Amino acid sequence: MNQLQNFTKGFVKENPVFVLVLGMCPTLGVTSTAINGLGMGLATTFVLVMSNIVVSIVRNVIPDKVRIPAFIVIIASFVTIVELLMQAYTPALFESLGIFIPLIVVNCIVLGRAEAFASKNPVGSSLIDGLGMGLGFAFALTLLGSVRELLGSGAIFGLNLIKGDLMLVFVLAPGAFIALGYLIAIMNRLSKTS
Amino acid sequence: MEYFVIIISAIFVSNIVLAQFLGICPFIGVSGKLSTAIGMGGAVMFVMTLATMVTWVLQYYVLNPFGLGFMQTIVFILIIAALVQMVEIILKKVSPALYQALGVFLPLITTNCAVLGVAILVIQKDFNLLEGVVFAISTAIGFTLAIALFSGIREHLDLMEVPKGMRGVPIALIVAGILALAFMGFTGLV
Repeated sequence: MNQLQNFTKGFVKENPVFVLVLGMCPTLGVTSTAINGLGMGLATTFVLVMSNIVVSIVRNVIPDKVRIPAFIVIIASFVTIVELLMQAYTPALFESLGIFIPLIVVNCIVLGRAEAFASKNPVGSSLIDGLGMGLGFAFALTLLGSVRELLGSGAIFGLNLIKGDLMLVFVLAPGAFIALGYLIAIMNRLSKTS
Repeated sequence: MEYFVIIISAIFVSNIVLAQFLGICPFIGVSGKLSTAIGMGGAVMFVMTLATMVTWVLQYYVLNPFGLGFMQTIVFILIIAALVQMVEIILKKVSPALYQALGVFLPLITTNCAVLGVAILVIQKDFNLLEGVVFAISTAIGFTLAIALFSGIREHLDLMEVPKGMRGVPIALIVAGILALAFMGFTGLV
């Protein structure tokens, strides 16, 4: 597989949300607006890229038996860094993402890529893999956030597009499940026909 | 009265799965059959209560006095991972029957964000130890309730004719959405 394919697989073919159905908790929990989805996606991308790089560097040093706890410590360290950075520079986003920032540590995508890819591949391709998967995740979250924000409050990224009464349910909890369900169904349909 | 409010709000009003979106992976993953769903619920309750107790004590007697609050995420996830391992080993020795019932679910729980989520929430909400334990147990009951209800619906769903593109995850998510809609009826109860 060449590097370009390695990078783009995260967007469509192996999209972590729409195809692999991983990392559901932040996907549903923070996407009430597009900006929250994008912020969460980028925070996860940072953790994913950095942990992929470090795991790939130390992959030959860590004994096989303790590799999972070692990966978890690496991931948790970067999550703590993101947490502190966001608290300092984007306090509003930090507030609205709340508990889901420390919970990046248990996002199956991050540990999944460390175990399935970075622990077996050199630094360069692990970086690209992390970046591709992370941006694919960010893309999915932003898309879901935009759809929910548009249907629920008539805006995208806070930009008002539709006036009047809308389906408020889409910015509330049930709307998250329903919107994601239909998005995955549409993705399934599109990938079948192409 | 205080405890009653904690219990009702954790089980119904802000249900961990349907209102707070924690623990979605096992909710979608192991809700195919009612018996496995209840087994998972039991395992989660066991680990969640233990983890909350241990992390609470650590936060207030180790992290806070030494000014290590920023280490919370790293310490908590390691404690939970170690705890799950230990519970597995002890159960295997002490109660093989219980191990048979819960064993397969235990490794999955480390990456169940509900456990870490509740441990952090208990600290954020300034609960004391007893309140924290009550909160953890009722949250686990809420999780079990949601996953059991959902698996009951999914058992029926398997027999229905669903459009091709909607089969599997999409229809499960939409059903979960309708279930969440029903749970919204509890809003304002406490």
